[in-house]
Amino acid sequence: MIEIILGKYNYWIYIALMMIGFYAMVAKENLVKKIIGMNIFQTAVFLFYISIAKVEGGTAPIEWHFSHIYDNPLPHTLMLTGIVVSVSTTAVALALIIRIYREYGTIEEDRILEINEGRSGESESA
Amino acid sequence: MSEHVVIRTVSKMLIPFIQLFALYVIAHGELGPGGGFQGGVILGASIILYVIAFGLEEGRKRVSETTSDVLNSVGVLIYAGIGLLCLLAGGAYLEYTSLPLGTKKLASGLGIYGIEIGVAITVAAVMITIFFETSSHDD
Amino acid sequence: MIDLLLLILLVACALAAVLMRDLLSATIILSAYSLIMAVAWTRLNAVDVAFTEASVGAGITTVLMLAALSRTMRGEDGVGPVVRRVRWTLHARSAVLFIVIAFTFGMLVYGTMDMPDFGDPDAPAHGRVAKRYIEKSYEETGVENFVTAVLASYRGYDTLGETTVIFTAAMGVILLLRRRKG
Repeated sequence: MIEIILGKYNYWIYIALMMIGFYAMVAKENLVKKIIGMNIFQTAVFLFYISIAKVEGGTAPIEWHFSHIYDNPLPHTLMLTGIVVSVSTTAVALALIIRIYREYGTIEEDRILEINEGRSGESESA
Repeated sequence: MSEHVVIRTVSKMLIPFIQLFALYVIAHGELGPGGGFQGGVILGASIILYVIAFGLEEGRKRVSETTSDVLNSVGVLIYAGIGLLCLLAGGAYLEYTSLPLGTKKLASGLGIYGIEIGVAITVAAVMITIFFETSSHDD
Repeated sequence: MIDLLLLILLVACALAAVLMRDLLSATIILSAYSLIMAVAWTRLNAVDVAFTEASVGAGITTVLMLAALSRTMRGEDGVGPVVRRVRWTLHARSAVLFIVIAFTFGMLVYGTMDMPDFGDPDAPAHGRVAKRYIEKSYEETGVENFVTAVLASYRGYDTLGETTVIFTAAMGVILLLRRRKG
C-alpha cells in the first residue's frame, strides 16, 4: 500500500489539478473564469505527459556529452505542439468574449441566456 | 514630469537586447533549448512591450497593419516552400537530405534552420497581430 | 522534496486563481501558476517545454487576458437579482457537479493504478521509437537537440500543422475583431 502511494502520488496531484480546472470550466458562470479553468486543465495535462517521459538518472534530451541516459524526447515534442494550440485557443476565445461583451454588455453566462430569451421572445411576439 | 518617463526610457534601452536574445534563441535551436517557436514569441513580446510603453498609435507607426498581415503568412509560406523545394529536388516532401547543398548532414541542418526561421516569423507576427486586435479602441 | 513543495504550490495557485472574484487578480495568479509550472518542468528535465511555457504562458496569455479584461468587465459578478430565483436549483446543480467531478477523479485515479511508477526505465513509453530517435538522430539529421530533430525532421508535418493552427488563430481574431474603415 505504501509503495503504491509513494510510486504514484504525483499522478494523483496532477489529476487533482485537472479536476480544479474542470470545475472552473463547468461550474463558474463568468466566461473569463472558464478560460482560466481551461488553461489550468491544459497545463495539468501537459504536466502529466511530461512526467511520463522522465527516466530515472536521465538528463535533458539534448546531446550534451556527459551522460548516456536521456529522457524520452517524444512527449516533449508533442506537448510543445500542445502549448501552441493552447495559446491559439485562448486567443480566439478571448476575441469571442470581447465580441460577446460588445453585443450583450455582460460576460456572465446566465445573464446572457436571459437577454437571449428576452430578445427571442420579443422577435416572436413582434 | 510624467510617470511614463521611467517606463519609456527603460523600454527603449531594453528592447534591442530582447530582440537580440530572441535571434540568439532562434539561431541556437539546434544546439540547446530553444528553437523557432520560443524565439518567435520573445520577438513578438518585444514589440508588445514597445506598444505597451508608447501607446497604440506609436506602435502602429512602427509595425503597420499591412506589415503584420503579410508577415503572418510569409512564415508558413517559407515552411511549405522548403517542403516544395525538397519535392523539386527529387526527394519526398520535407525530406531535407535531398537538397543539393553539400553533404546530407549539412543539407538537413540547413533545412531545419530554414524551417525554424519560418516558424519564428509567423509566430512573432501572429503575437503582434493578436495583441493589436484585442486592444484596439474603436467601439 | 522540492518537487513536492512545487506541486503543493501549484495546487494552491490553481485554487486561488479559480476562487478569486476579481478577475485581474485571477489573471496575475494564473501568470504565477504558469511560471511555477515552468520551474516544475525544468525540474523534470523538460527544458524546451519549460522555455515555451515561460514565454507563452507567463508572457503572452497574461497580456492577452489583460487586454481582453480592459475591453470588458474587471470583476466577476456576485449574486445577481436575476438568476437566484429558486435556490434549490442552484444547490442541485452544485451537488450534481460535485458528484460528476468526484466520479471523474475516482475513475482517473483508478486508471493510474495500472501505470508504471514515476521514472521507471522499463516503461512502455520508452519503447522502440524513442530509442531509435535518441540513437540515430545525430547521424541522420545533424542536429544535437533531440527535441528539435524530432520536431522539425522526424515529425515535420506536425510542425507544419502547428504553424497553420497559429496562423488560423490570427485569422480568427482578425475576422472577429477588426472593424472596416469608413
